[in-house]
Amino acid sequence: MAPLLSVKNLLVEFKTRAGIAKVLNNVSLDVHSGEILGVVGESGCGKSMTALSIMGLVPSPPGNVAGGTIELNGEDLLSASNKRLHQMRGKEISMIFQEPMTSLNPVFKVGHQIAEAILLHEKTTKSLAWERSVKMLDRVGIPEAAIRANSYPHEMSGGMRQRVMIAIALACNPKLLIADEPTTALDVTVQAQIFDLLRELQRETGTAIIMITHDMGAISELADRVAVMYAGHIIETGDTKDILSKPQHPYTRGLIACVPHLEENPSEERPYLAEIPGVVPPLTDLGKGCTFAPRCDFRTDDCTGSQPSLSKISDQHSVSCFNLNTVAS
Amino acid sequence: MSSIETQFIPKSQHPIVEAIKAFRQSWAGMLGLILLLLVILFSVAGPFIYAVDPFEIIWAPLTAPGVVANAPFGTDHLGRDVLAGLVYGGQATLFVGLTAGFLTITIGILVGAMAGYYGGGVDEILMRITEFFQVLPALLFAMVLVTLFTPSIYVVSAAIGIVSWPTTARLTRAEFLRIKNLEYVKAAQSIGARDNRIIWRVVLPNSLAPLIVSATLTIGVAILFEAGLSYLGLGDPNAFSWGMMIGAGREYILDAWWLVTLPGIMIFLTVLGFSLIGDGLNDAFNPRLRER
Repeated sequence: MAPLLSVKNLLVEFKTRAGIAKVLNNVSLDVHSGEILGVVGESGCGKSMTALSIMGLVPSPPGNVAGGTIELNGEDLLSASNKRLHQMRGKEISMIFQEPMTSLNPVFKVGHQIAEAILLHEKTTKSLAWERSVKMLDRVGIPEAAIRANSYPHEMSGGMRQRVMIAIALACNPKLLIADEPTTALDVTVQAQIFDLLRELQRETGTAIIMITHDMGAISELADRVAVMYAGHIIETGDTKDILSKPQHPYTRGLIACVPHLEENPSEERPYLAEIPGVVPPLTDLGKGCTFAPRCDFRTDDCTGSQPSLSKISDQHSVSCFNLNTVAS
Repeated sequence: MSSIETQFIPKSQHPIVEAIKAFRQSWAGMLGLILLLLVILFSVAGPFIYAVDPFEIIWAPLTAPGVVANAPFGTDHLGRDVLAGLVYGGQATLFVGLTAGFLTITIGILVGAMAGYYGGGVDEILMRITEFFQVLPALLFAMVLVTLFTPSIYVVSAAIGIVSWPTTARLTRAEFLRIKNLEYVKAAQSIGARDNRIIWRVVLPNSLAPLIVSATLTIGVAILFEAGLSYLGLGDPNAFSWGMMIGAGREYILDAWWLVTLPGIMIFLTVLGFSLIGDGLNDAFNPRLRER
């Protein structure tokens, strides 16, 4: 089956004072309708930039999509007209952001903001749009939706605001929802609620979701497939089960090892939390070798020569590493 | 409706409604409002209660206030009634202040919004133009504009508007620069809103607070400006204004204090009124100040 969204060899560059920063390098990913793709990686690895590229919202200048293709249902988004992009955003692809506290316009009622998303894309009356926004609020689990639609964002908690954001994003039944760290700013119990909500809505509507996060826990809860990013490259991708149980790339292994777990008997001698030594290389100066090589325990001479390509190790699982055998043993 | 949850839902209030409530708590703002209402009452209702032609000669020149009953505030150097002049002058002064203020705000917001939102080349060009108007000596430039055309209160208003918009433009630009990078602007883009909509429906409403404060102060400044121009004899010769009364009376200041002092007090009270309202609005729009 043809994928809903197909990103191929995407290159995004930013002009900075230190030179050209290669924010995304040959990023390729497919999203099929009805699935949840998790994109993980540490800060600055290009997760959010991938999302903005798909939305056509890379700030330009200084940003610039230098190569590659993005296709939604076979339609090339990079060459689409502005008019077409405006039609598409919100209607076919929507996005929810990291900070529910600041993602809503503080001077309008939340019901108004959902209705606005509907009115931008559909010919309908204001009162019908309002009714639908009340329904949306109810669907995302806000009690007394008819009253709550009249609230201003500052009168709501973070979790409720993120629910409103989700209602706005899903108001026009998009085919693809990009969730950029939707729960990072929320506390743990609310996080779980939002995950449940996303999963439930996804099942009801069949919307595909790209879930961007740095939280391996969130991935294991939600995602069908995972793409792991490092310094603008996708370095491993596969089914969530495979990635979590049989991670192949040393970076993915490191990421999973870094997840702290609860101790049953916290004793005096607690083990140090695992970490990956070193830092992400500057994006303006990635060199020609594997971007992870400077931090990798399994580094060989091959690694400093060129960036390994993403190659399949099974039907669904691809990794970019030269030394898979040594890493595995 | 009577579930327990409903009781905890805060009663929603539009931010403007909240600001008005806060404004009413501010003594400065309320004092300014009262002052301004008095001035408006004096100038708008005055002519109906005190229907004396300010150009008509009614008594001997330079009669002091309180000497004759039909010129309670005295007469000027031509024997015209000062009170009538104050009443009619208020209309011209307020008209010029409001029109020039409106013009200033309109040009300022348009230029500032475009420069701040689009940035880059648009910003460069618009800001250089703004700076050009800023470095011109405002009073001289306004004088040139007024002398180029027949002086009338319309020309005077336009001239004041044209020289005073740069401050508003810079303020608007700064607000737009701050707000356009906030997440809710990105969120608006991500639901497919176009630039026009984002500028006027998302960014502008969120930058209104400082702009409203600045608009109030701008009207006060415009009134002072008009007084300055009229004082120099560049006002509308066919309309009485407080500035013109001061200008005409300045030669007699040692013999007839009331010619300069009375319109001076009126200008002072009006501008003070606008400034205090600006102060009150500033408190009202700034939730951090509101706590105190």
